Amino acid sequence: MIAGSQGFAGYLRRDLLLAYRRRGEVASPLIFFVLVSTLIPLGISPDSARLAELAPGIIWVMALLATLLSTETLFASDYQDGSLEQLLISPQLLALSVLGKIVAHWLVTGLPLTMVSPLIGVMLSLPAEGLLPLMASLALGTACLSLIGAVGAALTVSLRKGGLLLSVLVIPLYMPVIIFGSAAVQAAVDGLNWLGPLAVLGAMLSAAVALCPLAIAGALRLVSNN
Amino acid sequence: MASGRNWNWFHRMGSPRWFYETTGRWLPWLWVLTLGLMLTGLVWGLAFAPQDAKQGNSFRIIYLHVPASFLALAGYYLMAIAGAIGLIWKMKLSYMVMKSAAPIGAALTFIALFTGAVWGKPTWGTYWVWDARITSMLILLFLYLGVLALQYAFHSQETGNKASAILALVGTVNIPIIYKSVDWWYTLHQPATIKFTSAPSMHPDMFQPLLVMIVAMYSFYALALILHTRVEILRRERKASWVRELALQAEPGGVAQ
Repeated sequence: MIAGSQGFAGYLRRDLLLAYRRRGEVASPLIFFVLVSTLIPLGISPDSARLAELAPGIIWVMALLATLLSTETLFASDYQDGSLEQLLISPQLLALSVLGKIVAHWLVTGLPLTMVSPLIGVMLSLPAEGLLPLMASLALGTACLSLIGAVGAALTVSLRKGGLLLSVLVIPLYMPVIIFGSAAVQAAVDGLNWLGPLAVLGAMLSAAVALCPLAIAGALRLVSNN
Repeated sequence: MASGRNWNWFHRMGSPRWFYETTGRWLPWLWVLTLGLMLTGLVWGLAFAPQDAKQGNSFRIIYLHVPASFLALAGYYLMAIAGAIGLIWKMKLSYMVMKSAAPIGAALTFIALFTGAVWGKPTWGTYWVWDARITSMLILLFLYLGVLALQYAFHSQETGNKASAILALVGTVNIPIIYKSVDWWYTLHQPATIKFTSAPSMHPDMFQPLLVMIVAMYSFYALALILHTRVEILRRERKASWVRELALQAEPGGVAQ
C-alpha cells in the first residue's frame, strides 16, 4: 500500500456513510432524471418511432444534467462545516483522498442513474439492442462526468452563487463524453459495432482518473487559502 | 554566478514596471506596423484580389474570418501558458497577461463565428450549420467565457488568478480531445446537402493578401494584448510609487508628495 493512501478508503467509507444517512438527498438526482425524461414525450410527441430516434441523445443529456446537479454539493458541505480543512491538513495524499470522495459520489449518483436508465430507455421506446450499450456507456461516462465536474466544484466551492458558474465551467468540458456516450448507443441501435466509442469512453475515464484528482487537489488548496 | 546571470532576463520580465516601460517604447512602432499591415491587407484583399469563380465577392470575408480564427485558437494557448507560468514561478505579470488575453480571445472567437455565419448565408444558404469546425469554435467561446467568469467571481485577485489559470490549463488538455471528438461526431452525422465549396488550394493572387492579413492580425493581437496588460498593470499596481509618480506627471495640476 502506498504511504498516505489510507485516505482513499477512509474518505470513500465516510462519504458513503454520509450519503446513507441523507438518503433523501441522494435520491434527488435520480428523481430529476426520471421526471425530466417524462417531459420529453409530453413536449415532443408520444409517437414511439420519433422517440426511439431521439432516445439515445435525450437520455444522455438528462443523465449529464442530473450529474451536474449533484456535483455542486460534492465539496460544499465539507467546506461549510470545516472538514475540508481537515482533509487538506491531513498527512494523507490529497489527490487520493479526493479520488475516494469522487468514487463515493459516483457510487451514489452515476451508478443509480445507470441502473435506472434501461427503464427510461424502455419508456422512450429505445430498441432493446440499445439497452446494454446504454448502461455500459453511462457507467463509464458518468464516472468521467463526476471526475470532470469535481474540478469545477472544487474551483467554485467558496463562491456563494457557484452553481450557475459551475455549469458554465464544466459543460464545455463534458462535450466529448456526451458525443461518445450517445454515439455508442446510436451505433448499437443502428446495428453497428458499439465497442469502439465505448473504448474511447474508457480511455477518457483513464485519463480523467489520472489527471483530475491533481487539478482538484490544486484547486482545493487554493480556494481554502483565503 | 553563471546561472544567476542566465535567469536575470526572466526575472526582469516578471516586473510589471519593466514591462510597462519597455512596451511603452514599442507601442508607436507596433501601432504603425498594425495599421500599415491592416490597411494594406484590407485594401488589397477587398479591392484588388480577383473575384472567386463560384462565390463572387462574398468570399472576401475570408480576409477577416481566417486570421481571426487563427488568433482565437492561438490566444487560448497563450492564455494557458501565461497561467502556467504564473502558477509555477508565481509571476504577477503573467497573471495580468492571462487576464488580458481572455477578453481579446473571446472577442476574436466571436468575430470568427460571426463572420463565418455571414459568409455561410450566401455560400451554404444558411447562417448556422453544425459543422465540426464551427462547433469547436463555439465550444472554444464557452471555454473563454468560463475563464472570464471565474476570473471575476472571486473577491481576492490572487484566488481569481490562480483559479482561472487552473481552469485554462484543464481546458488546454481538453482542447485536442474536444477537437477530435467533434470531428468524429461530424463525420458520423455529416449532412449530405452542405459542402465546402471553396477549393483547398487558393490562387496566389487571393492568398497573398490573406497572408498579409494573418500577419496583420498577429500584430493587432500583440498590440491589443499589450494595451490591455498595461491598463491591468496600472490598475493592480496603483499603490506602487512608480505608478503614482506616473500619474502625477500625467496630470499637470497634481501635487508632488
